[in-house]
Amino acid sequence: MENLQDLLKKYPNLNRDSLIPILQDIQDQEGYISEDSLNKVSSHLGLPSSKVYGLATFYNQFRFSPPGKYHIQICNGTSCHIKSSEMLIREIKKTLQIGDGEISRDGIFSLEVLSCIGACGQSPVISINGEYYEKVNNLRLKEIINFYKDLEDRK
Amino acid sequence: MNDESTSELYAFLREAVLVETVGYTREMSLRLEELSRERVTKPLILVSSGTSAMVAGANKTFHTVVEYLSDRNISAETARCGFIGLGNFEPMLSVQFPGKARVIFHNIRSEKVTPLLDDVFHNNIPEEFLLGQFRNPRHEMWPSVPFVDELPFFSGQKRLLLKDCGLIDPQSISEYIARGGYRTFVRVIRNHTYQEICDVVEKSGLRGRSGSGYNTGSKWKIAYQTPSDQKYLICNAEESDPGAFMDRAIMEGNPHLLLEGIAIAAYAIGANKAFIYIRTEYAESIQRLEESIFSARSIGIFGDDIFGSGFNLDIIIRKGPGAFICGEETALINSLEGKRGMPQTKPPYPATSGLHKKPTVINNVETLSNIPLIVSKGADWFKSIGTEGNSGTKIFAISGKSAITGLIEVPLGTSLRTIIFNIAGGMEENKDFKAVHLGGPSGCVIPASELDKALTFDELKSTGAVMGSGGMIVLDDDSCMVDMVKYFMDFSQKQSCGKCIPCREGTRRMSEILDSITRKPLDENSHTTLERFKGVMQLESLANVMRDTSLCGLGRSAPNPVISSLKHFREEFEEHIFDRNCQANICTDLRTYYIGIDSCTGCSICAKKCPADAIIGTPRHPYFIVDEKCTGCGLCYEVCKFSAVFYR
Repeated sequence: MENLQDLLKKYPNLNRDSLIPILQDIQDQEGYISEDSLNKVSSHLGLPSSKVYGLATFYNQFRFSPPGKYHIQICNGTSCHIKSSEMLIREIKKTLQIGDGEISRDGIFSLEVLSCIGACGQSPVISINGEYYEKVNNLRLKEIINFYKDLEDRK
Repeated sequence: MNDESTSELYAFLREAVLVETVGYTREMSLRLEELSRERVTKPLILVSSGTSAMVAGANKTFHTVVEYLSDRNISAETARCGFIGLGNFEPMLSVQFPGKARVIFHNIRSEKVTPLLDDVFHNNIPEEFLLGQFRNPRHEMWPSVPFVDELPFFSGQKRLLLKDCGLIDPQSISEYIARGGYRTFVRVIRNHTYQEICDVVEKSGLRGRSGSGYNTGSKWKIAYQTPSDQKYLICNAEESDPGAFMDRAIMEGNPHLLLEGIAIAAYAIGANKAFIYIRTEYAESIQRLEESIFSARSIGIFGDDIFGSGFNLDIIIRKGPGAFICGEETALINSLEGKRGMPQTKPPYPATSGLHKKPTVINNVETLSNIPLIVSKGADWFKSIGTEGNSGTKIFAISGKSAITGLIEVPLGTSLRTIIFNIAGGMEENKDFKAVHLGGPSGCVIPASELDKALTFDELKSTGAVMGSGGMIVLDDDSCMVDMVKYFMDFSQKQSCGKCIPCREGTRRMSEILDSITRKPLDENSHTTLERFKGVMQLESLANVMRDTSLCGLGRSAPNPVISSLKHFREEFEEHIFDRNCQANICTDLRTYYIGIDSCTGCSICAKKCPADAIIGTPRHPYFIVDEKCTGCGLCYEVCKFSAVFYR
């Protein structure tokens, strides 16, 4: 991957401080961190890949599988929680057969539960590929998911 | 604006405004008034664009406004502003005509823009969706339009940090400077010594706004007095406490205020490198801060040898890769050094040995934003706000079942009753108040009987509660305490870094215990019942062990929700344990569903939808739910068109 080499050139400073920013940049570009890029980063910084992997798995931000075509983010902050976001999460998991951080088998949907989006006045909130849906209830959630399913079927 | 006029403007701001502070000529004052938008020459339309406004569709609103203006060839200025504090009133739109007072409207979604602007441009202020007008002695007031500062939401507050949030264009450094910004910083680096600034802040009694409430000035002094070739200042913007968003509002609504605070703090401790450690999720804030740092650098406010004082400052934004624990000082430092965000034993405190073993001061966004105000207006002014030993204001993020959700800034020492019932307008749908949860996952539940308690660091500590970051979740009778506690414990368990055993194992066990009392056991035999009870009996002692033996604040405060709700709502726990009943009907796993024989038409839709195949029957005859198979998902209840499914 040439992009990665370019990206690594931006970090000539070969110490551990740059590790997290590099991983963040890779994830921004590719959407996830592949085994290959993880190994390259570790050899670039002269760190064992086990250390890099250990660090990456510690933080919530990094994912190791590509996100689905429609990436569903659901807020489970306190405000959303007391307005039954848990029910929505269960519903998504059930209808799409995916868990938190997973991707559906056809690669269309992936799910990420966030700790707080910060739109507590509009809770519960979900976001699909950056498009926000506020004050979602179970019925509305079904409509939204069906909308994306239809969109996919039509293609 | 083209490059030439930008550089001319920046030169004007640098040479004339920031350096030369004695006496402005008439032209200069006029120009400053225009820059600060005190005086506008053409209509100005501001649309809020904080994250909560975005979620409510502010982007579409803004584009509709721009389209409306270009379609009708109206010459007007548009800008985006931050969050004014009214969460459920977003998106907000304000209009200011030359010479006239600014009026603000709420809940303006894109489809409402055209009728609203039609009215407004015909000099008619519609009453629908109108919030009010801003008082300004130099503007002509609109007749029969209420004043914003007379609304209970605003009149009850003392807005120091949020004063300009939602009113100014956060991206415009000229607006900030024209309103008096950065002058304090320039004065400080030219005329004051490090020691003087530390003294003022220490004397003002400003305490860290993120939890422990340690005196900020004292912390600075330790770092200042520790000899070292390199010192660091870190702004902690890792606001990962669910339900708290005051830091984000400042960063999105008035980023320069924070940057000025950082700059003064860095000067006071002698640091020439400052980091802003910010959550990755705050993409909007990151962008605003980046732009603001860039424009401040272009004016020469940051960089090398600032205003000829010999002081250098570099502000670097580092995105936190998402871990609640990184709000803890030593964990944050580890994360900045490219390690796992795990806390370390203190002492040594970061003020003597922090980032790369150099003296490091870590303050959060709200604390640092207070600094420009304290330094410019003096320690005594700051002390006059709040109570003895708890000076200044605190921003609370109120959400949940209150009528208004948003940000409220009040002097320390204000009672919860004032905040919830006077300022936030009481309860949503006039339901009964049950309790308020203050301080997020490390916070405590405060019941109705303690509503009159003054909110100060000391008062809260004396009753075992904590201020935390100031997230306030209002609960009504439809909320279940056990579920709430379970949610927080689940959060703490997921966010525990795993370094020390009391926290790693304790949060897990507590989570399991709370889980076991909020669900029906699949097979009820004497052994499982005994196991379940053993857990329940140990909940309290486990909480105490965690509190006494955990390494860092996360583990020590994780049992707080459990301890406080057991103290005030014990009967609710007992109801869950003994009766297997959740009165608020939140713990869905405890629900028992049944079909009313009289109202069921036998349409069979519930049976078809039931994921557990727990509903049996023949079409056109009443159906029946088999209790043993039912998982309590409630789908039948939702799909029934005849309201024939009930639960108890």
